[in-house]
Order: sequence, then structure tokens, then C-alpha cells
Amino acid sequence: MDLLNALVALANFVLIPAAAYGAQLALGALGVTLIYGILRFSNFAHGDTMAFGAMATILVTWGFQSLGLHFGPLPTALLALPIGIAACALFVLGTDRAVYRFYRRQKTSPVVLVIVSMGVMFIMNGLVRFIIGPDDQSFADGERFIVNAREFKSWTGLEEGLALKTSQGITIVVALLTVAVLFWFLNRTRTGKSMRAFSDNEDLALLSGINPERVVAITWIIVAALATIAGTLYGLDKSFKPFTYFQLLLPIFAAAIVGGLGSPIGAIAGGFVIAFSEVMITYAYKKVLGYALPGGWEPDGLVQLLSTDYKFAVSFVILIVVLLFRPTGLFKGKSV
Amino acid sequence: MKKLLLATALTAAAGTAVHAESHDGPIKIGVILGYTGPIESLTPQMADSAELAMTEINEGGGLLDGRMLEPVRADSTCIDSSAATAAAERLVTSDGVAAIMGADCSGVTGAVLANVAVPNGIVMISPSATSPALSSADDNDLFFRTAPSDARQGEVLAQILKDRGIEDVAVTYTNNDYGKGLSDSFASSFEQNGGTVTLSAPHEDDKADYSAEIGALASAGGGALVVLGYADSGGKGMIRAALDSGAFDTFMMGDGMFAESLMSDLGSDMTGSFGAVPWSEGEGTAAFSKIAADAGINGESTFTRESYDAAALLALAMQAAGSTSSDAFKSKVMDVANAPGEKIMPGELAKAISILKDGGEIDYVGATNVELIGSGEAAGTYREYEIKDADYSTTGFR
Repeated sequence: MDLLNALVALANFVLIPAAAYGAQLALGALGVTLIYGILRFSNFAHGDTMAFGAMATILVTWGFQSLGLHFGPLPTALLALPIGIAACALFVLGTDRAVYRFYRRQKTSPVVLVIVSMGVMFIMNGLVRFIIGPDDQSFADGERFIVNAREFKSWTGLEEGLALKTSQGITIVVALLTVAVLFWFLNRTRTGKSMRAFSDNEDLALLSGINPERVVAITWIIVAALATIAGTLYGLDKSFKPFTYFQLLLPIFAAAIVGGLGSPIGAIAGGFVIAFSEVMITYAYKKVLGYALPGGWEPDGLVQLLSTDYKFAVSFVILIVVLLFRPTGLFKGKSV
Repeated sequence: MKKLLLATALTAAAGTAVHAESHDGPIKIGVILGYTGPIESLTPQMADSAELAMTEINEGGGLLDGRMLEPVRADSTCIDSSAATAAAERLVTSDGVAAIMGADCSGVTGAVLANVAVPNGIVMISPSATSPALSSADDNDLFFRTAPSDARQGEVLAQILKDRGIEDVAVTYTNNDYGKGLSDSFASSFEQNGGTVTLSAPHEDDKADYSAEIGALASAGGGALVVLGYADSGGKGMIRAALDSGAFDTFMMGDGMFAESLMSDLGSDMTGSFGAVPWSEGEGTAAFSKIAADAGINGESTFTRESYDAAALLALAMQAAGSTSSDAFKSKVMDVANAPGEKIMPGELAKAISILKDGGEIDYVGATNVELIGSGEAAGTYREYEIKDADYSTTGFR
């Protein structure tokens, strides 16, 4: 019974939140890694692309809600997602047309493109704040919990509650679906193969008749879809505030680099590595150990490795360690 | 150089002499508040309220045998200590104010006190500075405030827990001077009462995710989670994360957490949680609302009552001492504010002055039930509330 309590406490405070957070980071890192693999630069505007996509989805969600359109126990935002993705795709394609294409034609070095993407980031940043405002926006509806902590307690008779929010469940399911579709697309379809070819060797791909503009456009559309899904899931699970998406950029990049830039599998692994280490290293294990250890062995202290203030530092320590020992990341991406 | 110094000293002496001799001219009172800056939306009403008290006295025949009060405004900026100091210095040296009503924010108030009020020997009464650090400031007994210190709030919160029989709590506070000061004062009072703080963890405002912070607090455990943050920011995020994960069911909240928006978002899940917020109620508050409304001033705005009281106390203390010299009337501020004596409501300032003139004693109640304690700060009345049906319901006053 005590061991069960320990497991439930661990699942409630570590495993479930870290899995949901990891899925959100993985989706974000996939977008970063695709841009890096195919367009060959680190896209600093990715966090704000997520914010833009989420914003578009939220605006459509509000529209649906005012029309009385609901999705049963699921959040209405899922219905609005395709429209949000379309809006975000149009926006990034427009950005590519207006900004990135010019530099691509000039064959500028990746460093210049990185700086350009920072400029785009600031513009998107301002645009999102201008349209929806800098404050917290709430757009979640439907059932809030799949498993409620209080009900779980009375249901199982355990001392510890277990909560699984709908948004966490949806995050994990949607992330799995998205990743499956993406891998099927990249490995099995003609367009996907041409994208991988373009990523492996641009000149060879051009020689074999692959249209670079088409590859670039499709990449942006996929990235917009991933960013919008990740942004909306993050907003549903936590809250939508433009500034937090800007902050999210750091762990997302850490995830992409730890996994290996340019490697989709690496991005997913990196996302989960970062999320789990952030949560596990800053969690206080007093309660879990108190249940798991035999009587009299309970720790007096909190058994917390690092205070939660250092959450962001954890991802960077991992980043540095990985870069020192495996510069191409865990899954052999391109070296940075 | 010597000559310059001499000249300055002579001028100053001459200036003082002039002020000391001008027994018939108006008595100037500095009203130094942050007319620009983070609380610029509150300060116009605060200044209006302070000036309302002065107008009331002037209409009732003035002070010290018919002398009129004249407010002189200056900008404290709320955040820029050097600007506030310069403005206050100008009030004292150039305008020749007899006393200062202000400043507003704790930081600039401390700066004006140390750099202007103490060196020049000028009494100041702040309507809104709440930092506990000001209680122990080196003030030569020149500083008073009509707003309660956060140290007092810490005691009130600790007492509420004691009365409810909760012996161990986890504390989370917003990571700034306000949160840190309040949590320190709460923790020390709570531990004096025999309670245990299992973990005191700061949280940053404006983060999206607080599950890690809540995880640590949940491990530490406790009968309730004490949230000393802001209702529109991190404090709300912490409560939401705690409710979501089932880590805590009961919360105790400090004054920054009192907001209708919190109730509309989370109130239905927070039944049984409780807290305290500075509050004014009673005959004096009602009387102030009435005279403010009659004068066309928004008296319901934050710290307007405290501002009225601060200005009134300055004038009444001068009358009690029979002098506008700070040295003479600084000891009278506590006398007129506290019992014994005839109770004085807002709107009865002229009556108070005539009582004082006849050598009687008054107990100024004012708009906020003024009761100055310790080194001269408001005891403050706190409304203790409990959350029922997604709304605040009053359980008592402390």
C-alpha cells in the first residue's frame, strides 16, 4: 500500500507533468530541427511562431464558442486547430517570401539567417501582443480532468491523489499522432523523401530535379503545423501568454541540440530528456521516500537536488555536457 | 568657499526666521505623491482626499487662530528615489512647508525620510508605504503612517492560523521585496505562536507552469498553503497548479491575493480557503464616503481614506501643540490619533480644532479608524474572509 502511494505521488508530480511537458517540447524541437535540417539555420522565431499559431487558434476558438459550437468533453480548440494551422502556414510562407527568400537567393551564411530570424522574432512578438494583448488568455473548455485527484483518493482509498488533466492526456495523444504522421510522411511519401534528400545534400538534390522552392514551402507548412499544435497544446495545458512562448525558446533549442540538430528522432528524445530532467532534478522526494522506505527511515530534509528556481539551468547543464562529449547530439545530428 | 558657506547659512537662518515670524500667513503642507509612475492612476484621488481635509479645516475657520492651510504638490514618481528626494527638498527649502503628507511607495518614502525629513526636522505622514523596514527606520520620531505595516499583516495571518488550529503550513511568496518582507514577518510570528513552516519557497510571476514549485511544496506538506503573491499573476498560477495536482485544498492568502478575478476563475474550487485584506469599515468610513462624494471626489479608490487621515492628523497635531514647528508637534501626532478624548469623524475637523483650542483631548477616528501603534504606524483593520460559493464572505475583523 505504501509503495503504491509512493508510485502515485511520483506519477502525479513527476511522471505525468514531465511527459506532457516533454511532448510539448518535442513538438517544438521537431519544428526547429526541420528548419535546421532543410533550411540550414537556427530559427529563433520558432517560439513566437508557436505563439502566433496558438493565437490564431484561440481567436477561432472564441469564434466557435460564441457560435455555440462545442466539442463535447474535449476542448473546442481542437476543432479550431486546422484553421489556426492554415493561418499560421500562410503567415510563415509570407515571411519566407518577404524575408528569408531574399537571403536564400544570396546564399548568405547561416549566421546571417539566424540574426534575420531574430528580427522576425521581434516583429512576430510585437504582432502577437498587438493583436491579442500581452495578458493571460483563457480558452480552455470541456472537461478539465480525466482523473481528478480528490475522486481518485476516495475511489482507491489511497492517501495520495492522482490527477490527469484532459489537456495532458490530449497533449500526449496528439503528440504521438503528429509524430507518427510526420515520420510516415518523411519516410514513405515522395515529397518527404525529396525533403530528406534536400537536407542530406542540396546540390545533389537539385541535380536530380527536386524543386527547391517547393521543398522549402512544404517545410514551412509542416513547421507551421507543428508549431501551432505545440503552441495550442501548451496554451491548453498551462496558459496562453505571449511572453511565456518566448521563454520556451530556450528549452526547445536545448532539446533539439541535445537530441542532435537535424534529427527528428533526436528532437523527440531531446524533448523528453530535457523535460524529465528539469522536473526530476527539482522535485523534492521527501514524500515519495517517506512512503517507499521502511518505517524510521523517512528523511527529515526535503531531498531536493536543486531548488525549483534552477529549473532552466538544468536544461543548459545537460546541453553543455552533451555538447562536450557528443557534439552532434545523442542521435548524430549535424554538429552545431 | 568659507564666504559661500557663510552666505548660505545666513540665508537659511534668514529663511527660517521669516517662516518663524510669519504667524499670519498660510501654513503650507507638502503633498508628495507619485503623480507619474506605476501608481499614477491612484495618486490624484489620494491628493484630492488629503486636500479635502485641508479645505474642510479652512472652511471651518482655519488652524491656530485662523491661519489657512495651503497644499503644495510634488511628484515622488513612486520609484525614483533621487527624483523624490529632490522634489521633497524643494518643498522644504523653497516652498517652506511645515510638514509633508507622503510619500507614497515604500522605497521613495524611505529615501525622502532619510535625506530630507530627518536632516531638516520635518514631520511626514505617509498614507500608503507598507514596508516593514520603515518601522525601524532612524526617524527622530518624525515619521508616521496611516497605512499598516506588512509586519502587522504577518501577525494577523499567523493569528488566523492559530485560531483555526492549523499548526504547520507551506508558504510560497512572490519573489520581490513585498513578498519576501511579508513572508518573513509571517514566518516569524507564526513560529512564535508555535507553528511550523514546512517550506518557504518563492515563485516568479508570469510563468506559465508552476507544477515544479507545487511539487516541492506538496512534498514538504502542511495543513494549508499560504500564498503571498498577486492575484493576477504567480499567486493564481500557484493555486491553480496546487488544485490541479490535488497538492493542497486549503489556501490562506495575503492582501495581494484579494481580487474578484480570482473568484471568477478559481473560486468554486477554493471553498474553505481564507485570508485577510486591509479594510475600513464603520461610522468613520461611511462619513468619509459621504463628504468625499459631496466634494465630487472618488473616495472609494485605494488609499484615499489613509490620505485624508494623514493630512487631518498633521493639522490636528499642529493645533494640539499650538505651533507649526515639527519639533513641537511631532510628539502630538500620537496623542490626537489615539484615545483618550472625544472621537472625531471625517467632517468634524473644525469641531476637533475647537476642542483642542480649549485644551480638551480628542481621539481621531477618521476614515480608517486610526490607531497608531509602535513607532507611529496604523494598527490597521484587516477583514478576515473565507471563500464560500465562489465569493468572499467576511468572518470577522482584526
